[in-house]
Amino acid sequence: MRIVIVDDTGLRASILEDGLAEAGFDDIHIVPPRGGFVARIERLAPDVVLMDLGSPSRDTLEEMLVVSRALARPIAMFVDHSDDDMIGAAIDAGVSAYVVDGLRKERVKPILDLAIRRFNAFAKLQSELDEARTVIADRKTIDRAKAILMKSRNLAEPDAYALLRSTAMNQGRRIVEVAEALITASDLLGDGA
Amino acid sequence: MTRISAAFLPLTDSAVLVAAREKGFAAEQGIELDLIRSESWATLRDRLVYGQVQAAHMLAPLAIAVTLGLSQHPASISAPFKLSVNGNIFVMGTVFAAALDPDIARRVEDPIATAHDFAAAIGLYRRKPVIGIVHRFSCHALLLRYWLGYAGIDPDRDLVLRVLPPSLMAAALEAGEIDGFIAGEPWSTVAVQAGSAEIVMVGARVWQRGVEKVLAMRTEWMDANAETVDRLLIALDRAAAWCDDPAHHGELAELLARREYVGQNAEAMLPTLAGRLIVRSGEAPVEVPATMLFHREAVGFPWRSHALWIYSQLVRWGMAEPSPEAEARAADVFRSDIYRRALADTGAPMPGASLKVEGALSKPMGVGSHSAGLILGPDRFFDGKTFDPADIEGYLRSFG
Repeated sequence: MRIVIVDDTGLRASILEDGLAEAGFDDIHIVPPRGGFVARIERLAPDVVLMDLGSPSRDTLEEMLVVSRALARPIAMFVDHSDDDMIGAAIDAGVSAYVVDGLRKERVKPILDLAIRRFNAFAKLQSELDEARTVIADRKTIDRAKAILMKSRNLAEPDAYALLRSTAMNQGRRIVEVAEALITASDLLGDGA
Repeated sequence: MTRISAAFLPLTDSAVLVAAREKGFAAEQGIELDLIRSESWATLRDRLVYGQVQAAHMLAPLAIAVTLGLSQHPASISAPFKLSVNGNIFVMGTVFAAALDPDIARRVEDPIATAHDFAAAIGLYRRKPVIGIVHRFSCHALLLRYWLGYAGIDPDRDLVLRVLPPSLMAAALEAGEIDGFIAGEPWSTVAVQAGSAEIVMVGARVWQRGVEKVLAMRTEWMDANAETVDRLLIALDRAAAWCDDPAHHGELAELLARREYVGQNAEAMLPTLAGRLIVRSGEAPVEVPATMLFHREAVGFPWRSHALWIYSQLVRWGMAEPSPEAEARAADVFRSDIYRRALADTGAPMPGASLKVEGALSKPMGVGSHSAGLILGPDRFFDGKTFDPADIEGYLRSFG
C-alpha cells in the first residue's frame, strides 16, 4: 500500500514515517506542499495521503482530488464516515487523511490510528521544545536584570536575585515580568546598565 | 454564558464575527464567541461538518456544495445569515495588465470593455494565463467565470484555474506560479501595494449586490439550539451595523489587522471598507461604492434567490447535476425563515418575500417590508441579464 505524507515540517514527517515503517508499511513517500506538489502526488498515485489539517495547501490538494474523481479515481476524506469519534480525534490531532474509495476500512484504520498517535506525539514534542526555549529566554532576561541591579545598587548576585524575587512576590507577578520591566526602565533611563 | 466556537479564514469579510466578539455584541447576548482561525476552506469545512465548531464564516457556494455532496460526503448545512455582500477583487500581474486599458478608472468602471480586452490579451499572451482561485466552490470563481464567459472565454479551455489559499496568492504571483488571481480582501490589495499586480475587475461592478460569505451551521445543531441561534443572529446583526458605520472603519481595520485575525497592516483593510481602491500602486485611488457591505439594505438576509443563482452557476459550469431535488435542497440552505424568527422583535427591516428577481434594480428602491424603511440597493449584473429563480432552465439557456 502506497502512502504519501504531505508535510513541510521535516521532524513531523519523519516521526510519522518511522511509525509507519515500524508497523510494516514500506512504500512511503514524503512530499513537501510547495510548488508543483500536486503533480508529484498524482505521479505517485498513492492509496492514502496524510496531511496536516492546518496546512493552507489542503484546498489545492482537494481540487486535484475532485478532478481525479472525474477521471474515475475517486478519493474521499476519512475512511469510515460513521466513525465520528475517530474523525474527531483525527481533527483534534491535526491529521487529515485522503483515501482511495474502495480501499477497505480495516486496511486504513491502523494507518489513521497511527497517524493520530504520531501527530499527538509531535505536538507534545513541539510544546516541550517551546517550553525549553521559553525557559532559556527567561533565564537570559533574569540574568540581564540581575546585572543591572548588581551594577546600579552595588549588590552581590544572590542579593540581586533575592530582590527580584521578593518584588515579584509582593506584586503578584512572575520574576521574568519584573526583570523585563526593570530592563525596559533601565533602557529608558539610559543609565548605561 | 453560552459558548460558541466559530471558524473563520483571515479575510476582511470576517469583520462581523470579529466585531461581535471584540466589541461585546456577542457577550451582550450571553454568548462567549470563540473564533478559530483556519488556513484553508477544507479545514474550516471539516471543523464545521464534524462538530469541532458550531458555526463558520463560509463561502456561500461551499455551503451549498457540502449540502449537495458535490465533493465529499454530503452533510446538511444551513445559512441563516449573510456575513457580507460583495468584496472580491481580480488582479493580474503588471505584465498582463499592460495589455488592458491603461486608464485604470475606466478599466474598473466598464467591465464589458475590460472583458473583451481581457479576451484579446489572452490571445497575445505567450501561453494560457494561470489564474489563482481560492476554491472551486467560491463566489469568486463563479463571478470570474460569469464575467469571462460574457466575452466568449471558456475558463476551463482558455485559462488554467489553480486553487491556492488566499494568503499565499501574492507570493505565488511574485514567484511566477500564477499570472493573476481573484480572492477576498485584503489579499488583492496586498499584491497591488507590493507593486506586483493591478486590479482588473471588481466584483461589485460585475454584480452590484453579489452574495459572498454566509454564517454556516450544521442544520441538525441549528434546529436543536434555536434559542442560542436567535441570540447569535441578534449579536451578528448589531455587529454588522457597527462594521458598516464609516466612523468605525479605522477601529475595525485595526482589530482585523491583529495577528490572531487577518495579520496584515490595517492599511490593507481600509481601501475595501472605504470603497476607495488602489488599482495601481502609486496612483490615486478609484471610487468603487459598495465594494463590501455588511449591514445596510438588510445584507444579512439570506435570499433564497441568492442560493438558487449559485445553484444555476454550478449547473452551468458542470459542477452539479441539475434535478428538482438538488434545486430545492440548494434553496433550503439559505434559511430566511430563521433570520425572520431571530430578528422579528428587533425592529430590523424585514423583506416581505424570500425570493426576488436578481439583477432587476438599477437604482435604490423601497420594498415591501414588515417594518418600515427597507431600501434595496441597485443589484444589476454588468451584462444586463436578470435571474428569475422561477425559471432557472430559461436562464441557463440564455447563456447558449
